[in-house]
Amino acid sequence: MAALWTLSLLLSACLFWPACLALTPPAELPQPHNLPPLLGINSSDGSLSVDLPIALRVFSVDYHHVQAPFEIVLWIMLASLAKLGFHWSGRVPAVVPESCLLIMVGLLVGGVIYGVRHSAPPTLSADAFFLFLLPPIVLDAGYFLPGRLFFENLGTILWYAVLGTLWNVLGIGLSLYGVCLLAQSSLGDISLLHCLLFGSLIAAVDPVAVLSVFQEMHVNEQLHILVFGESLLNDAVTVVLYKLFESFLRLPSVSGLDVLLGGCRVVVVGLGGLFVGLFFGLVAALTSRFTSRAQVIAPLFVFLYSYLSYLTSEMLHLSGIMAIVTCAVTMKQYVEANVSERSNTSIQYFLKMWSSVSETLIFIFLGVSTIQDVHMWSWPFVCSTLLLCLVWRATGVLLLTAVVNKLRRNAVTFRDQFIIAYGGLRGAICFSLVFLIDDFPKKRLFITTTIVVILFTVFVQGMTIKPLVELLDVKRKKRALPTVSEEIHSRLIDHLLAGIEDVVGYWGQHYWKDKFEQFNRKYLRRFLIREDHQAASSILRVYQELERREQRGDEEAPALVDPRSHSRPLLPEEMDSIRRILSRNLQNFNNKQTQAYSRHTLHQDATMDRTRKPLYRHQSLAERYTYNTITHWPQGEDGEFNGSRRVRAGLSRSHTVCSLSPRPVLQDSSVPAASAQTGQVDPKSSASREDQISPQHQAPVERAPKKQISFVLENEKQQ
Amino acid sequence: MGSNSSSVNNIPNAQELMQETGFSAAHILRLHERFEFLDKDKRGQLSPQDFGALPELALNPIGDRIIGAFFSPGQETVDFASFVRILAHFRPTETNRTRDGAQQEPVNSKTRKLKFAFQLYDQDRDGKISRAELLQVLRAMLGIQVTEEQLQSIAERAIQEADLDKDDAISFDEFRKSLEKVDIDHKMSIRFLR
Repeated sequence: MAALWTLSLLLSACLFWPACLALTPPAELPQPHNLPPLLGINSSDGSLSVDLPIALRVFSVDYHHVQAPFEIVLWIMLASLAKLGFHWSGRVPAVVPESCLLIMVGLLVGGVIYGVRHSAPPTLSADAFFLFLLPPIVLDAGYFLPGRLFFENLGTILWYAVLGTLWNVLGIGLSLYGVCLLAQSSLGDISLLHCLLFGSLIAAVDPVAVLSVFQEMHVNEQLHILVFGESLLNDAVTVVLYKLFESFLRLPSVSGLDVLLGGCRVVVVGLGGLFVGLFFGLVAALTSRFTSRAQVIAPLFVFLYSYLSYLTSEMLHLSGIMAIVTCAVTMKQYVEANVSERSNTSIQYFLKMWSSVSETLIFIFLGVSTIQDVHMWSWPFVCSTLLLCLVWRATGVLLLTAVVNKLRRNAVTFRDQFIIAYGGLRGAICFSLVFLIDDFPKKRLFITTTIVVILFTVFVQGMTIKPLVELLDVKRKKRALPTVSEEIHSRLIDHLLAGIEDVVGYWGQHYWKDKFEQFNRKYLRRFLIREDHQAASSILRVYQELERREQRGDEEAPALVDPRSHSRPLLPEEMDSIRRILSRNLQNFNNKQTQAYSRHTLHQDATMDRTRKPLYRHQSLAERYTYNTITHWPQGEDGEFNGSRRVRAGLSRSHTVCSLSPRPVLQDSSVPAASAQTGQVDPKSSASREDQISPQHQAPVERAPKKQISFVLENEKQQ
Repeated sequence: MGSNSSSVNNIPNAQELMQETGFSAAHILRLHERFEFLDKDKRGQLSPQDFGALPELALNPIGDRIIGAFFSPGQETVDFASFVRILAHFRPTETNRTRDGAQQEPVNSKTRKLKFAFQLYDQDRDGKISRAELLQVLRAMLGIQVTEEQLQSIAERAIQEADLDKDDAISFDEFRKSLEKVDIDHKMSIRFLR
C-alpha cells in the first residue's frame, strides 16, 4: 500500500514538472518564440513587458536569470523521478524494459508540452547528444568491461561488428533503393546514395538500447559480451560509412578511387580512435600515480582524461567511442592500483550515476522528440525498412556465425544467434545521425522512418525478446534433450581445455596475452603504478579470489545428504530447475563468477554480510590454509604464521613470489600420492606462503577484500 | 619468436617424441620454450608450484585436477617428455593419418581424449566415477549459487542417466556413451601452430 501511495505521489510529481516546462518559455528552440506572458511567472522575454509599478519591489521573480540551468535541472529531475517511479512499480519492470517506459514518459511529456504550447517541444540536438549524453554511457561501459572475456572473443566480436555492419548497410541500402524504384510515384526522388546513407545510419546496433534491454534478460556472459562488444565496435564502421556517403552526396560524382579511400578511412578511423584512447589512458594512469597527496581529486582525472580522449578523437574525426572505451580499459588497472579505496568507489559510483542519468535523458528525449510537426509518412517506405532491417540482420548473423563457429571452440548456438539477431536494437545514435543529414526533400520521411524503427525495436523487440527466448528454450528441450550428464561433462571438458590452454600458453589468444603481461609487468606497471602498491596487485587478486573460495566453502550448507535422493526418480519440475541451474551456472567458462554487466548496480553481493566475514576470518585464514591446502603441514608453521603476519612490514619480495598454487579445497579423499608430493615441498613453500599472506594483512589496511574481481567494497569496521 | 639459439636437436629425445606424439619439430620447439618458461628453477623438471604460478589456472575450478593429471601417481615432478606426452592428447585428430608402423592408437584419438577427461573425475583410479567423485567436481564447477540438495539431485540425475549396469557409478564405457553426441575431436583439441 505504501508503495502505491509513493508511486502515485511520484507520478504526480512527474507530471508537475512537465507542466512547469510547458509553461516556461522555451530557450533552445530554433523557431522564434511567440508566447503570451504566462500567469504567475514573470515574463522572461525582453521584448514583452508586463506593467509593473515603478516602485521598490518587495518580491520579484526573475526567471530569465536562471533559465538555462533551471530547465536543464528540471529535465534531469523529471528523468530521475520517472526512473524512481518505475522501480517502485512492482511487477512492471519484469515485463516492460525500462527504456520503453522512459520513452512512454517522454511521449507523455512531449504531448503535454505540445498540447499547452501548440508548438513542438524541444528536441534532442545532435550536438548535445554526441558531446554530452553519449560519452558517460560509453565510458561506464568501457570501464566495467569484462576484460578477459572481451579479448578472448575479440575476433568474433570484430567479425560481427565490421562484416556484419557492412552486410547490413549494403543490404538495407540497396534493397531500399529497389523499393524506391518500385514505388516510383511517391519515392522516386530518393537516390541510391540517399538510400545507402539511410542504410548506414539505420543498420547500426546501439549500445545504449542493447544494454538497457539485456538488463532484464539473464544471458550468459559470453553472449552478452558478443552483443555488447559488437554494438560498441560497430561505431567505427557506422560513422565512417555515414560520413562517407554524406561526402559522396556532396561530391558531383563518385569514382572508384573514392570508394577505395573510403575503405581506408574505416581502418584509419578505428585505429586512430584506438590510439588516441591508448595515449590518454596511459597519461591518466601516470597522473594517477602522483595523486597520493591530493586524493580527493583523483577521480576527477579519470573523467577528465576520458572525456578529453573522446573530444580529441571527435575533433580529428576519428571514432570517439573507440577512443573512450580504449582509454577506460587501459587506465583501469593502473588507476585502481594507484588511488585510494574511497576514490575507487567514488569513481565507480559517479560513472554509474552519470551513465544512468544520460541514458534516462536520452530515452525521455527520444519520446519527447517524437511529438513533432516534421513527420512525413509513407507506408511502403516505413514498412519495408522495418522488414528489411529484421531480414538482413537475421541473415547476416546466420551466415557469419556459420563461418565463425568453425574457428571457435565454444560454438555460438542457435539460441544465441537468435538473441544476437533479435537483440539488435536501434537507439538514439540513429536518431541523432538522421537529424544531421543535409536537407533534401525527403528528409522528413527519413526522420519519421527512423523514429518508427527505433520505437519498434525498443518496444516490440525489447518486450518480446524475453518470452521468445523462453519459448525457444522450451522448443529446444522438446526436440533434443541434452542429458544432464552431457552438459556436465561438456563443461568439464571446457574447463579442462581452458586449463590446458593456460599451460601451453596457447598462441592465438594466450601467446599475445602472455607477451603483453610480461611487457606489462616489466615496464608499464613499474612506470605507472605507485611503488608501494606495485607488488600488492597481482598477489592480492589471487588472494582475494582465494578468499572468495573460502567463502564458498563456508557457505555451502553442511552436507545435507537427502536420504530420499538415492532412490527416488526426479520429477519433471525438478529436472527443469536442474537444467536451468546448469545452464546458468555452467556457462562460466573462465570461472569468473561475475554476473553479466549490469547498468544499475555495482556488482554487490547478495548480502553485505558476506563482505564482513573475511575480515573476522583473517585470523583463522592461516589455520585454514594449513588445514585445507596441504594435508600434512608441520604444526610449527602455525605459530610462525601468526607471528610473521604482524611483524612483517611492507613488501620485500616482488609479486612473482606468488608461485604457490592456491588451492583451498583439495579433494576430501586425499590422494596419498598428492599429499606426499606436496608434503615434501613444504619447507620451501612455507616461506613463500608467508610472504604471500602477510603483505595482504599489512599493506591494504584500508582495503576491503574484493568479492568480485573488479569491485572493492568499503568496510568501515576495518578502519 | 624464432629462437635461433636452440634447435630441435638440443632437446633430448626430440625425434622419438615427434614420432610418438605426432608433433612436428616446430611444435616440440615451442613446447620446449614453454616448458622452460614454466620451469622457474631451471631444474629441467616441473613441479606443481610451477603450474600453480599460472594465475588463471589457479582460478580454474578444476585447476588442481588438471595439474594433477600431469603427474603420474607417486611422482612429484614431470620432465619434458611426459609434459609433451600429456599435451599430445590435445592435438587435433586427423582422419587419415599415415604413420608407418602405427599399431597402437595415436595419442590424440578420441578414446584417449575421453580417457583423459575421465581421469579428471576418477582421482582414485579405480576405473569408475563414484557418486562422491562426481559431487566433488560438480561442487567445484557450480560454485555458490547451488545448494547442497540441488547438487545432490543433479549428481543423482547424472548417474541415473548414465549408469547402465546399475552399479551406482559411471564406468568409462558409460562415460563415453553419454558423450556420444558431442564432437569430442573438435572440442578437445587445441590448434597448435602448424
